[in-house]
Amino acid sequence: MTTALGTRVVARNFGYRHASRENPALKDINFEIAPGERILLTGASGAGKSTLLAALAGVLGGSDEGVSTGELLVDAPSIGLVLQDPDSQVIASRIGDDVAFGCENLQIPREEIWPRVERALELVGLDLPLSHPTKYLSGGQKQRLALAGVIAMGARLILLDEPTANLDPQGQKDVVAAVDRVVQETGATLIVVEHRHELWVNIIDRIISITDGEDVQPAELIKVGQLPGAQPSTSKPILWANDLLCTWGGLRSFEVPEGASTVITGPNGAGKSTLALTMGGLLPPKSGQLELSDTVRGGLNTPPHKWRSADLAARIGTVFQDPEHQFVARTVRDELEIGPKIMKVDASERIEELLDRLRLRHLENANPFTLSGGEKRRLSVATALVAAPKLLILDEPTFGQDPETFTELVTMLRELTDNGISIVSVTHDPDFIAALGDHHIEVSAK
Amino acid sequence: MASPAMQKTNQPKSSWRVIDIVIASVLGVACGLIFIVWNSIGYAWTTAFHALTPGLGGIAIGIWLLGGVLGGLVIRKPGAAIFVEVVAACVSAALASQFGISTIYSGLAQGIGAEIIFALFLYRRYSLPTTMLAGMGAGGGAIFLEMFFYGNLAKTMSFNIIYSTTVLISGAILAGLLSWYLVRALARTGALDRFAAGREV
Amino acid sequence: MNLLIKINPVTRIIALMVLTTPLLLSLDVMSAAIALVATIILAPFAGVTWKMLLKRGWMLFLMAPVAALSMALYGRPDGKEYFSFLLIHVTDNSLALAAAIGLRVLAIGLPVVVLIARIDPTDLGDGLAQLLKLPERFVIGAVAGSRLMTLFREDWYSMSRARRARGIADQGKIKHFFTMTFGLLVLSLRRGSKLATAMEARGFGRTTGRTWARESTVGARDLVLILVCAAISAIALTVSIQTGFFKFLGT
Repeated sequence: MTTALGTRVVARNFGYRHASRENPALKDINFEIAPGERILLTGASGAGKSTLLAALAGVLGGSDEGVSTGELLVDAPSIGLVLQDPDSQVIASRIGDDVAFGCENLQIPREEIWPRVERALELVGLDLPLSHPTKYLSGGQKQRLALAGVIAMGARLILLDEPTANLDPQGQKDVVAAVDRVVQETGATLIVVEHRHELWVNIIDRIISITDGEDVQPAELIKVGQLPGAQPSTSKPILWANDLLCTWGGLRSFEVPEGASTVITGPNGAGKSTLALTMGGLLPPKSGQLELSDTVRGGLNTPPHKWRSADLAARIGTVFQDPEHQFVARTVRDELEIGPKIMKVDASERIEELLDRLRLRHLENANPFTLSGGEKRRLSVATALVAAPKLLILDEPTFGQDPETFTELVTMLRELTDNGISIVSVTHDPDFIAALGDHHIEVSAK
Repeated sequence: MASPAMQKTNQPKSSWRVIDIVIASVLGVACGLIFIVWNSIGYAWTTAFHALTPGLGGIAIGIWLLGGVLGGLVIRKPGAAIFVEVVAACVSAALASQFGISTIYSGLAQGIGAEIIFALFLYRRYSLPTTMLAGMGAGGGAIFLEMFFYGNLAKTMSFNIIYSTTVLISGAILAGLLSWYLVRALARTGALDRFAAGREV
Repeated sequence: MNLLIKINPVTRIIALMVLTTPLLLSLDVMSAAIALVATIILAPFAGVTWKMLLKRGWMLFLMAPVAALSMALYGRPDGKEYFSFLLIHVTDNSLALAAAIGLRVLAIGLPVVVLIARIDPTDLGDGLAQLLKLPERFVIGAVAGSRLMTLFREDWYSMSRARRARGIADQGKIKHFFTMTFGLLVLSLRRGSKLATAMEARGFGRTTGRTWARESTVGARDLVLILVCAAISAIALTVSIQTGFFKFLGT
């Protein structure tokens, strides 16, 4: 088994421009990293950190896809890259095969492959049989699996691009612990790009800013701004349930107060999303009672999952975890207009108001899929609000976001409750809960 | 000993990059899924059409020819149409077992049909007429295969003429025209940035 | 009992081809019936009970009559004519062909249910690349892509629910289909791009040639399976020729 020793990484006036963009993604990047150093790379959103990591890993594409300038040097070709989305990095259906994939590509002889696989899995703390199906892994486990795949290859430079952005708190901790252990055992050089600085600050040596290559002190890092805290609610419930049994999870009994922000919390896999979808009338409950107040019902006597789509949208809005699942039109304006058009409702005033309040006016004619993460999130909230529902349900609204977008989202949601709209959010984000947890619904695994 | 991090071996333009192979596979899988949904949507209608009319059932076939044309249009490398259509056929055969081995043969014939058209244009022209022709080519492949393996050879001449005509029209429109618009719309979302098709719009 | 357990996935596919493809050469009741009966009798040995056969193959029992009906109405007219209207001619010949195609749909479809049990894509890929020597990069790409299938299905349901939540799901099924297809393609391209980057990051496609962590093997069982399937189709066709039922491509 090889013990990898870290590699030196040097950038001299390095720049890169994608063929499809006008402005270069990276310009005049200069820094020097010693072998075995652990670096946290910071910089504003869009500053090109992902592009830099991709360049280091050699996955940026051929000469027809972009042009590079300057130099980017590493001692060894063995470089590993772990990306943000756990699902898109799984390559095989069994964990052993997934970890072995990199070794196969490096033409390592079969006798050497499996010992490496086992050692790698042990280092990242995945104590599961080699034939364990990858589809049953949690997000945190999938990220650790990807890390195992990288070290089985004997990587001397480990690059991590927002590895914990899409994970729940437990998964985040597990990944950081695994990385710490891996780097300690193998001595590889580490570069992490992450906006959740608190998680990593204890295990890294230096923080480098991508814009000038200078060291950054931990105190200077961008933190989530001061947000007003949650206000416990005493209003009467707008929605309540008694022994509700959803298609997944145990019996639930709870209330949702009107005009306040409720958060649904609980461990991974407990059924939070299923509950949210059931409340939103998008999944039928198996049994039990789910009641709505007259404010929401608006005259309908049947349960929400039986309502016509047009009726549902006017009463309960749902914002999905992945905004792209909701897009149906070619421009931002069309997205807002299509709902009312089909529902045969006049919402022109509301559309203009939403475009302004959610700062989408300058993006009116842009294609929804080309928006940034934060802009997509705002658009998906806008499309839910255009039908003026009294209840808004959000599934993991802070998934994969940076601090600026987060602050903006929280402020916007608080404004909504101030205006009398009830909000229910499925979340595991402690900052979100602190700011918007007027009322809690704990979902346990049973 | 320091070496440049971004070393890329120089490959000829017509050879497949990793992104080409993976996207072609992904398109094939997505199309296979789409085939199955399409089938379940109009099941009553298409069944009635197929069973009762003298060949008008061919009008809905175009969606089944989508894989090859779409693949050729996006990837623009030799073999793309065949690969994507065959993967789509395998996926639909794997998920809905009523189709059996003949689906895969159909996929192969349909993919080859589209591929021939793209090859005739030397893999350089990807205009609307070319794409519609590719759709018809795929339709031709379908007609050929069904003649021999689905028993159409044993049906009346009038049936076969009507069927072939509807299949060719459906191929031109539901596979050709639709693919062309799909790719342009996809390019506008930025999802095709790593392909020539994405940089054209 | 399941005699097929240790069999290589590639063998299953070849066996399927060997059993069903020759049947396509003739459109007659005899060859179809023989193959069908053989399949039904041998199914339990492959771990597929008759109940399972019915349960998994129910679609075929719907498709067979449809194919038969079309043939009955539009099959080449010959012999006594029973009914005619515009282009429809129901005759002795068309009815015989109808019976034949109905049986053949079943004869070709049911073996799929028997032979193609849960195949692991990685194992199949190993076999296709190591044994059949298909181009490695394409096989692996296809295997990796096929894994995204479950994600696509979830995406599809999620998109469906999203449209319902937005109030636009009451429109026609066809228009719905087209917008969902577009959405799925965008998502699949995105996921595919990320997957490609991840695979490249693990060294895929950098050099020609690779080693294989798992060895794909074939043994005596594989050969026996293929021979048995070949025998079934051979017997089916031979008997059909000898008894005069054989109809080359139905003509």
